[in-house]
Amino acid sequence: MANLHHTILSWIVFLPLIGIGVLLLLRSDRAARWAVLAFSLADLLLSLIPAFAYQAARPGYQFQQFLRWIPAFHIHYYLGVDGISLWLLPLTTLMTFIAVLASWKSAHQHGKAFFILLLLLTTGMLGAFASLDLFLFYVFWEVALVPMTLLIGIWGQHHRIRAALKFFLYTMTGSALMLVCIIWLYNLTGTFDFPVIRAGLASGMYHLSPAAAMWLFLGFFIAFAIKTPLFPFHTWLPDMYAEAPVAAVVLSAVMVKLGPYGLLRFNLALFPHAAARAAWVIVILGLIGLLYGGLVAFSQKSMKRLVAYGSVSHMGLIIVGVFTFTAIGAQGAVYQMLNHGIITGGLFILIGILYEQRHTDELSEFGGVAKVMPWFAGFFVLLMLASVGLPLLSGFVGEFLIMLGAFLAHHAFGIAAAAAIIVSALYLLKWTRATLWGEITQPANNALRDLDGREKLIFAVLGVLVIFMGLFSPLFLRKVQDSVAADLAPYAGAHPFGLQTNAAPVARPAIPFSRSRHMANTTAQPARRRAVTQAVANPNHRAEIPAPKPGDLAALALGGRR
Amino acid sequence: MTLSLHLWLIPVLCFLGFALNILGGRRWPRRVAGWIGVLFPAAAFADALYVASRWGSFAVPYIETHGAWILAGPLSVPFGFQLDQLSLVMLLVVTGVGLVIHVYSLGYMAHEGGFYRFFALMNLFLFFMLLLVLANNFLLMFIGWEGVGFASYILIGFFFHRDSAAAAGSKAFVTNRIGDVGFLIGLFLIFQHFHGFDFTRVFAQVRAMPVEHAWTGLLTVIGILLFIGATGKSAQLPLYVWLPDAMEGPTPVSALIHAATMVTAGVYMVARSAAIYDRAPLALSVVLAVGALTAIFAASIGLLQRDIKKVLAYSTISQLGYMFMACGAMVYGAGIFHLMTHAFFKGLLFLAAGSAIHALAGEQDMFRIRERVPDGLKKYAPITFWTFVVATCSIAGIPGFAGFFSKDKILYAVLSGPRPNAWWWAVGTIAAGMTSFYMFRALFVTFWPDPARRGAASADGPVRPTGQEPAGAVTHAIDAAGFGAGPVLPQPAHPQPHEGGPPHEAPAVMTIPMIILAVLAALGGYIGINDRFEKFLAPVFATGVTPAPHAAAMGEGAVMAISIAVALAGFALAWYFYLARPEAAARAKHALPKLWSAIYNKYWVDEVYGAVFTRPLAWFSRVVLWRIVDAGVIDGAVAAVGGISRSTGGGLRKQISGNIRSYAGWIGVGAVVAIFYMLVAR
Repeated sequence: MANLHHTILSWIVFLPLIGIGVLLLLRSDRAARWAVLAFSLADLLLSLIPAFAYQAARPGYQFQQFLRWIPAFHIHYYLGVDGISLWLLPLTTLMTFIAVLASWKSAHQHGKAFFILLLLLTTGMLGAFASLDLFLFYVFWEVALVPMTLLIGIWGQHHRIRAALKFFLYTMTGSALMLVCIIWLYNLTGTFDFPVIRAGLASGMYHLSPAAAMWLFLGFFIAFAIKTPLFPFHTWLPDMYAEAPVAAVVLSAVMVKLGPYGLLRFNLALFPHAAARAAWVIVILGLIGLLYGGLVAFSQKSMKRLVAYGSVSHMGLIIVGVFTFTAIGAQGAVYQMLNHGIITGGLFILIGILYEQRHTDELSEFGGVAKVMPWFAGFFVLLMLASVGLPLLSGFVGEFLIMLGAFLAHHAFGIAAAAAIIVSALYLLKWTRATLWGEITQPANNALRDLDGREKLIFAVLGVLVIFMGLFSPLFLRKVQDSVAADLAPYAGAHPFGLQTNAAPVARPAIPFSRSRHMANTTAQPARRRAVTQAVANPNHRAEIPAPKPGDLAALALGGRR
Repeated sequence: MTLSLHLWLIPVLCFLGFALNILGGRRWPRRVAGWIGVLFPAAAFADALYVASRWGSFAVPYIETHGAWILAGPLSVPFGFQLDQLSLVMLLVVTGVGLVIHVYSLGYMAHEGGFYRFFALMNLFLFFMLLLVLANNFLLMFIGWEGVGFASYILIGFFFHRDSAAAAGSKAFVTNRIGDVGFLIGLFLIFQHFHGFDFTRVFAQVRAMPVEHAWTGLLTVIGILLFIGATGKSAQLPLYVWLPDAMEGPTPVSALIHAATMVTAGVYMVARSAAIYDRAPLALSVVLAVGALTAIFAASIGLLQRDIKKVLAYSTISQLGYMFMACGAMVYGAGIFHLMTHAFFKGLLFLAAGSAIHALAGEQDMFRIRERVPDGLKKYAPITFWTFVVATCSIAGIPGFAGFFSKDKILYAVLSGPRPNAWWWAVGTIAAGMTSFYMFRALFVTFWPDPARRGAASADGPVRPTGQEPAGAVTHAIDAAGFGAGPVLPQPAHPQPHEGGPPHEAPAVMTIPMIILAVLAALGGYIGINDRFEKFLAPVFATGVTPAPHAAAMGEGAVMAISIAVALAGFALAWYFYLARPEAAARAKHALPKLWSAIYNKYWVDEVYGAVFTRPLAWFSRVVLWRIVDAGVIDGAVAAVGGISRSTGGGLRKQISGNIRSYAGWIGVGAVVAIFYMLVAR
């Protein structure tokens, strides 16, 4: 079991790659899609293991695996999860499974290559969520980018090339900036090891001038803001949603979680002062995105674009949650990442079912669908309600926590965020009404068929999950709590919005997670890593640490680990 | 603490009814779906009776918690239920009246499609309503609060193939959400200052606070914010506009949700928060003023409506105003008393009206009902008629009926209670006169033979507006956003086995519920004799604030006499205009055409809202945000940047020309080069 503990993340991340290998051996598309289904299901089940086995009370990263990879550049294969990334793994594998089911029928048009790219995309996302080495993170980030672009460009609608290019160029711009920042950090610290960099920056061992920190912050921020996408970096999203195949959008709804995840993981943890200084602007951008996205969604004539702008709106709220620097808001953001992935994926599959039969997603083409598709209508309403934030469904918990956190940070933020519940009701109810209610005006809609067994299975899974997560959020949040608190610890003393921490405690006393690494894995650590972590655990000993010199860093890294 | 009441079971029973019917109801015969839909609320009612029978064997308030619902940082919200005098009353009213209306629905909905869906959603409504009244904290109450809003939305739009029904549902939901923003912000403030949502925890801290006299006081702000939520849910000015449209729903829905229970949630919430309001007299003044203004405003619109359900809708808005007047006057007990009697008589009015509508295959226009039954509906549907009479007497405040006791208590309390105010009393009294008038008008027009047929005046002349279409075709400006009021259409789609034949009395499954409610509407007031009802509730409202005693401005007897006189005056006027001298009504209309038109058109409030809020918002969203900002500015800038780099980077063009596969390679190469440079350059 102990062995599994250290390799489970690798199994999860690379099982889809093994699946690709198997797929290449299979001849028939029919066998291929069953194989893909089996692999995605297996990966889903596998990814539940860390979710269950994760110990909330233990600080630091769990299920760590550390292997030397490219020692010359101190690049390591280093995986691990904490409360922030923990649930994103099952989210990814679940939505992959759902995406495979959703593209079941189109498999013969798409062929094996489609599924191969789907699995590659999954590996990229899983790897990015689980990486604790900055370079490794970057590699997985890019690995996810390419198959997504191809999925859009090859199997999309009429303007697929344009949408794919737009998506690719947008994201690449961010990636390039992020790469520069990662290299800058490497230059400063001599390592890509995220916990080491974090501890070193926090302890002041690596000196970073405020201006430099701000540049680095901005570099990462733009990459993640584009990914999210945060207003005004969002215009790739509607084009992509409109053009991409259903499965790609479902997985895109997961991939965009890399944005807020990266902000929480890297920006907040590495550059607390810069984050605090920029927080005003970012929260306001998030709030603009929240209201703006919702209002623009209200005017859309195409369902896909409506959901896309709705996504911009919801993601804006998540960013607000991250940058409230309150435990409540940040936990709400983490929870809302999961909810949004599930709900948006589900809503888009619903659109896909209509699109598949009518080859259009114009609102004016529908109406009265509830009459001919009662099951469809039922699940539509359920997911719509989860998206609109009806209590007892999952969307409410995250949304409420973020709004409460925003209010605690600054009343104006909370009021603006709360106003969004009107906007979301406006566009979602308008959409529901235009699709489901009324008389059937288009004769073609009389021939619409209701959900078949496979589709019912998809929505039963999503529907049960939406209700379950609305009822039993503590099961999830308990494991998120401490990691978020550790992330917010640097802000406890000086909250960017002047929040009195005694009024609403921001975080528990910080436990430097590096200490836990130290405890967990001391013998395997090179001397320098040990020195850094000890210094953080015990600041009095800082003088004993040798100053970082690129020359001996390599030697240390080479000598330290097996 | 060995005793557990298992309060959770009561809402969960209703949820089970919902779950069974929504999942399997389509395949089952109607009878099965109907039985499930009625038996689960019946079980909930039985459980509520059991709980009531154990009263005295547990400490009040009784609280039970079942694990956490939300945990985050310092926030912890349990699934917690609470029973005290107030929630007991609400519990019995909701399950009792709810059950009666469910039984009635068995008959009313018998010929409708989507039978199982109807019962499933009605049960779901009860589930949320019971959560609302049993919650032991504000956030759990908010579940119920939003949940009943959803149930209302989906049931208003039950006949979803009708666009007007779908529009009315959306309008109800969105309008409620506007109020909910206020409620939500109120909740945020409560959490920020009291570090929790539990009623006991919050109110214990509130009790230690002084009475505030500034608009910026914390409790005043919280009180007003919560009340904004109440104006949405309980259809008060200025957010009442959704309730008249909500009459698009099936009539039992109107009876249960839009008369007896859901719309009273705001009153319940204010009464529940008495500790806050008692220390915020300014917030109380707002509650009192809004309640009184709504009472008279809605009553005045009710004077001239032709659609019987619209009359009842405006009447409901007006009666809710009375309940808020009671709260604003710090006599919450009287407000809850009126809430209860209102549940009886207004529930009954809707059921009886539904029975009349049913008898005439969906006709809702009172004057057309009279046209179609020239010798008077009362002859054909005597039970419906007599129960309607009882309910009318009750709401009009005829002495001895339930509504008389509760309304009189409120009016007297407003005049001489803890916060006496003669002006609001006068407003309330005038509104009471209007109530009596429009209700007797409805009674006379719907059930009596047409006086015109006796040769008194031209048929239907008196009330049909000149130069205007009948109410059934009044077109409201359906705003661009699509949430406007739809035209008033008859109840749809009763497959009409009785069309053509004479109107008939409803089956027993409908009349027995009506008779039960009629008994309650007649006698329910005696529970409040000697202030017994209010004394029972008093512990809930003992918040530690005792206002200075005032000399009563008028004796209770004098106030009562004035109330009776006003009620009788309304009755007499209605009799004069609609039975004795129908031509007098026509003369009155021609004497004051502008006023008549303003009232008949509901003061054009919907049209104003459409022109001021909805349409500009839709335009702003479509033109400014989407076309100009999004497509123009942002995407334009992106395209411009792309264009510049393309034109300047001639040599790089090959790389950007579409061969996406090569990009990954380039990234890798670039990264390696960069890292190599970093190392070598040192």
